Amino acid sequence: MSEANLTMGHGAGVMEERPFAIPSKKLVMWLFIISDACTFGAMLFAYGYVRNAAPDWPHHFETASIINVAIMTFILVTSSLTMLIGTRAAKSGDKSGALRFTFITVVLGLVFAALHLREWMSMIHAGVSLFQNPWGAPLFGASFFGVTGLHLAHVVSGAIALTVVALGYKRGRYNADDIEIWSLYWHFVDLVWMFVVPMVYLLNVAQ
Amino acid sequence: MSAEGSLKTDLMVYVGILVMAGLQIFMAYHSPGVIRMLVVAAIQAFLAIMFFMHLRDEKSTLRLALIPATLFVLVMMNMVWADSYRLIHMRPFPK
Repeated sequence: MSEANLTMGHGAGVMEERPFAIPSKKLVMWLFIISDACTFGAMLFAYGYVRNAAPDWPHHFETASIINVAIMTFILVTSSLTMLIGTRAAKSGDKSGALRFTFITVVLGLVFAALHLREWMSMIHAGVSLFQNPWGAPLFGASFFGVTGLHLAHVVSGAIALTVVALGYKRGRYNADDIEIWSLYWHFVDLVWMFVVPMVYLLNVAQ
Repeated sequence: MSAEGSLKTDLMVYVGILVMAGLQIFMAYHSPGVIRMLVVAAIQAFLAIMFFMHLRDEKSTLRLALIPATLFVLVMMNMVWADSYRLIHMRPFPK
């Protein structure tokens, strides 16, 4: 069959089935997610390596910091729930519901980012920089800002992506599948936070 | 996303993940241990992948394509620990 016939749609009968019975865009997102999981895995293993090898690793996270982290966790997990509800609405054809819950998710993501930046600023004011801090192992700052910064970048870029997709969905450029595909990314960002919290914060609580 | 799964299931998973997050904070003050905390985090991640990301509703071939390969890479990263423990005791590299 000629290429011309294929492009004109005459080859529909001989086209391969969709891999894994999902849209190719969704498969691409899954492949991106597993590669990103390996990136975060490498970051967290590097963090664990440095932390384990340093006898004077700072255990300085006070109760106020842990409360802040608990609030951030609550907000991020709640944003996953609102994203689920938004996706469900999009799949059932409820456009306004999908938009409402997607934008609620974006707002929750931005609140999370604001709380995170507030915590960063308090640490910077306390004298923490990439290669020095007042409490102990000099690499604490680089590893802390590296891991949490990578996660924060994912949250901010996820909020931007969801906004773009939601606006496109409103105009009819994107469909419910696109909302669902980007919800996968958002849930992944939530999932990564579940490992960042114990590794970076809870194992370094000031007792 | 398939039609399976209900909002009730989503809410139960949401509450479960939050309860486990609270459990981790409790453990941080009363019985901190990296393995215990990471086991709880892995359970949270499993719930998020299966229910929030709806991987349980996809074809089993997709699960087989994604999960073992990712786990293999993450498990292989554990080879760093031997060197990390060597470093904390300032031992030289074995000859």
